[in-house]
Amino acid sequence: MKNLRKPAFSNNLTSKIRKIFRRRLTGDDAFKLLTMSFASSIFILLGLMIYELVRGSALSIQKFGINFLTGTKWDPAISQVFGAFPLILGTLVTSAIALFIGVPISLGIGLALSEYAPRRFGIVISFLVELLAAIPSVIYGLWGIFILIPFLRNNVYLGLQGILGFVPLFPGPIYGGGVLTSGIILAIMIIPTVSAISRDVFSAVPNAQREAVISLGATKWETAKTVMSYARAGVISAIILGLGRAIGETMAVTMVIGNKFQVLPGSLFDGWYTMAAIIANEFTEATYDLYVNSLVEVGLVLFFIALLNNVLARLVVWRALRLVRGIARE
Amino acid sequence: MLVLVYLALIVALIPLFSILGQVVLNGTSSININFLTQPTPTVGETGGGVANALQGTLITVGLASLMGVPLGLLSGIFLSEYSEARISSVIRFFNDVLSGFPSIVVGIFSYALIVTVIGFSVTAAAFSLAIIMLPIVTRTTEEALKLVPATLREAAIALGIPRWKTTLYVALSGAKKGIATGTLLAVARIAGESAPVLVTMGYWRWWFAGLNQPAANLALNIYVFAISPFENWIALAWGSALVLVISIVGINAVVRMLTREKYR
Repeated sequence: MKNLRKPAFSNNLTSKIRKIFRRRLTGDDAFKLLTMSFASSIFILLGLMIYELVRGSALSIQKFGINFLTGTKWDPAISQVFGAFPLILGTLVTSAIALFIGVPISLGIGLALSEYAPRRFGIVISFLVELLAAIPSVIYGLWGIFILIPFLRNNVYLGLQGILGFVPLFPGPIYGGGVLTSGIILAIMIIPTVSAISRDVFSAVPNAQREAVISLGATKWETAKTVMSYARAGVISAIILGLGRAIGETMAVTMVIGNKFQVLPGSLFDGWYTMAAIIANEFTEATYDLYVNSLVEVGLVLFFIALLNNVLARLVVWRALRLVRGIARE
Repeated sequence: MLVLVYLALIVALIPLFSILGQVVLNGTSSININFLTQPTPTVGETGGGVANALQGTLITVGLASLMGVPLGLLSGIFLSEYSEARISSVIRFFNDVLSGFPSIVVGIFSYALIVTVIGFSVTAAAFSLAIIMLPIVTRTTEEALKLVPATLREAAIALGIPRWKTTLYVALSGAKKGIATGTLLAVARIAGESAPVLVTMGYWRWWFAGLNQPAANLALNIYVFAISPFENWIALAWGSALVLVISIVGINAVVRMLTREKYR
């Protein structure tokens, strides 16, 4: 639009400026400017977010510096020392358990929806899986406390310990809540994310790929394997996005993990803490500025992990989809 | 292998049906006229309800929508109508990034920005919820507008209608169903958010007392009640969960029916 209106000879500066002032601001320009400024507010928002999180944690950044990330002591009551290392570890380990359990199930669902299920059936299943994503985190927590924990304690964990008790992961007392329970709840919560994206990337795989391997005598399962390896990059980004969901998950984890600050739990049945959980659990009880600042700094760390994670995942997804579609077009 | 793939489906659906079933099972017994008309009971008191939380949630979510929906709508219009602008893809990228942010981080941001100035309040909570709904509204508006056939726009432009009027009167009215459903989904999402509410408003037992004061919140109540040792409160938690689940599942089902033709 802009180029059409601009005369070809107006390349000297003064005439350009004169042009701009003479031109009336049309409705189109105003509308574009309006929507663009609103859309651009996301930059202000993200910038403000970093600024405010840094400002809000200034006291603890000054006092602990890098030790905040490596420190293993969280003692608000007496020495007032705060170190977030165990929290970061707890977040990563529970998320890893969630991926370990949730990803195979999600890939199975993705395959079922893109390769196996009849269309009508697929629509129903997609709706149900999306519903799993729509249920609020706090209801997962409620269900976790009153249904999942008693069930796991009585029917699963005792048996697990009986069979695998010699493995160092499974000794010690069983409370019901704890590391493994959090991992299981997180696994359920990432299934909608990972399975929806993997369904999309599997569906984007061109049919020529399937036909090629089928013509070579591949079984249905071998075809599915080809589809999966073709969509590898998309699957990876689905997993990264699932990881992002698990890392930031707050209420459900707070309610089942046992909220126990320790560098390493005694077993998978022991209590632990995550970054998000400690914010939720201690924020309203933080009584002095350094304590609040430390919790905000935990939020800041979480912000950067989430940012990194999301940027990474989006980049992979964009590249993967372009790659797949590019090949499909050829 | 077919068996394994379907096993994955079943394994994922068991928790869904267990959650829905248990919420209905445990929630129905606490829903009665008191539950919907009485405020939160004090510790040890019997009866009571969540009327104040219903009121607080409606006000907070309403205020958040007032901030988030117009902003998301205009952003979505820009992304769809001016997608050729170079800044569009950058905005779209950061929009996606924002949608993946943990809600508790958004809550902490709102705490640092607003609570440190005016204190724990409905305003601070609504602000954080608005940020959470912003990327959802933006994205669905953009997608809904892109589904409007180009021929409609061309017809309007051929009649000499300026582009912005074409967008507002032709494209938007063609996309209004999609935008409405997207907005509904965003509202459903923030109605169930409790983590950002916890750090911006905290738990509040009373009725709504102004935008610079906290208000009760249904989702946050579930958390507070569920970890409390009181039978009465736990029953209220299940009842609140049922109210939330019915609203959210209802909205999702309606949206799914309205947009059925869009899906394969």
